Amino acid sequence: MICLGIEGTAHTIGVGIVEDVDEKCKVLANVIKMYQPKEGGIHPREAANHHANFIANLVIDAIKKANIDKKEIDLIAFSKGPGLGPCLRTAATAARALSLTLDKPIVGVNHCVAHIEIGRGTTGCEDPVLLYVSGANTQTIAFAEGKYRVFGETLDIGIGNMLDKFGRIIGLEFPCGPKIEKLAEKGDKYIDLPYSIKGMDVAFSGLLTAAEKTVRDKKHRIEDICYSIQETAFAALAEITERAMAHTEKNEVLLGGGVTCNKRLREMVKTMAKERKARFYVPRNDLCVDNGAMIAWNGILMYKSGIKMNIKETTIDQRYRTDMVDVKWR
Amino acid sequence: MAVKKKIIYRGAEAEILLSKYMNYKAVEKRRIEKGYRIKELDHKLRSLRTKEEAKLMIEARKSGVAVPIIYDVDLENYTITMEYLEGKRLKDILNNVSEKERKKLCKMIGENIARLHSNNIIHGDITTSNMILFDDKIHFIDFGLGEINSEIEAKGTDLHVLMEAFEATHFKYPNCFDYVLQGYKSILKEEAEPIIRKIEEIVKRGRYR
Repeated sequence: MICLGIEGTAHTIGVGIVEDVDEKCKVLANVIKMYQPKEGGIHPREAANHHANFIANLVIDAIKKANIDKKEIDLIAFSKGPGLGPCLRTAATAARALSLTLDKPIVGVNHCVAHIEIGRGTTGCEDPVLLYVSGANTQTIAFAEGKYRVFGETLDIGIGNMLDKFGRIIGLEFPCGPKIEKLAEKGDKYIDLPYSIKGMDVAFSGLLTAAEKTVRDKKHRIEDICYSIQETAFAALAEITERAMAHTEKNEVLLGGGVTCNKRLREMVKTMAKERKARFYVPRNDLCVDNGAMIAWNGILMYKSGIKMNIKETTIDQRYRTDMVDVKWR
Repeated sequence: MAVKKKIIYRGAEAEILLSKYMNYKAVEKRRIEKGYRIKELDHKLRSLRTKEEAKLMIEARKSGVAVPIIYDVDLENYTITMEYLEGKRLKDILNNVSEKERKKLCKMIGENIARLHSNNIIHGDITTSNMILFDDKIHFIDFGLGEINSEIEAKGTDLHVLMEAFEATHFKYPNCFDYVLQGYKSILKEEAEPIIRKIEEIVKRGRYR
């Protein structure tokens, strides 16, 4: 079965084409375009306009790269949520148009669940705890009796948003994470910053405020501040992941989301896993960031488990939480 | 004489070793080094939590909540030696008892949290894994993330942690948390109201709520 998936929850519009081969995911094509705001954060309407401009060409490009005929596509999938309304609607509209013109079935996918499933489909892990870290999302997710349940999450802002907000203060452009990572590599002096864990949850607003103050005080190098932010925030992420693993008694950890491209975060979670003799998995980079292939793969799993949607049911849901999905395919 | 001690449980941040203190059966809770974080942070978190945990356990006992007796605190080795409790974790009990029994246990949990909170003790990690039923009393353990704090926000967050634990671990019994709140209110009376309202506010702050 071949599925074309469209991702459009936030800054990225992506089209992926995947095929299921012996229950594993084979990615035939995976192309994305990312909206870059001129200043500040994502403007939802402008991001949606960006997506509308690029979606048609991305679909053509993906079909070409997959080296298939469009008639070979068996299923259309799209990101139903969670995310920014205008972006979600744009991606969903494109998916509906494709479904109707090609006369193929359509399913709406939960973006967060798709991040886990692409990991399970491509890395060989079976029953992991996922640390899902992106701009808006920071969650530890694991499967328990029919659902992916959130064991820990941020109580205020996502890790990526925290890094972006800090980056803006010191004059970096969106996305700031990779630039902060570069600066942090040149830092080596640890500045004490708030480390906030509440049970299995984490919070970053106190850390952000304290880091801002450190910048204003001008007593430390920016490189050292970036280093300290990363060390503090990522240690907290490794800790909530370990807490979720201990609590659920699971022995695999999987990374997902754009922030997992950060090498220091990867290294920390990998060390944590090693120390507790657990297995560590991370999908390749283009499958970690927001992308269409993960939507397509989750679409196949849903469709094969008997989930069907008619066009009227293909609404979007900005607040589509991970634990709202009935996981019929497991 | 150094005797090799048996690890009976490996948690996220500590190992629990079977031990002896004088002639009492005891456990040692040893916070282990985490190679993923830098030394400065590792030392800060381990010593702070060991100290705070010992202090809060004593405070909890004074407020009338059952906790293991502390025999020794060794800050150099980030270790607390405490009483061995023969009981079972609430996490393993709660899903396997009658509704009536579950209600009784949940109310007891709520009463105990109220006793902690009326003395401004914040546990910081209230889950059913951190409660042991022993001698017909619910013993609270694992105060390492706790603090002394009189704010409504801190108390609300404390209860929110338990609410999430119920949602993830005891999802088949959605009434559990309401029973806890019943027990909580029965001790704290009108003081409980603003704290319970706070939980709602904390939930809404989260993503996609």
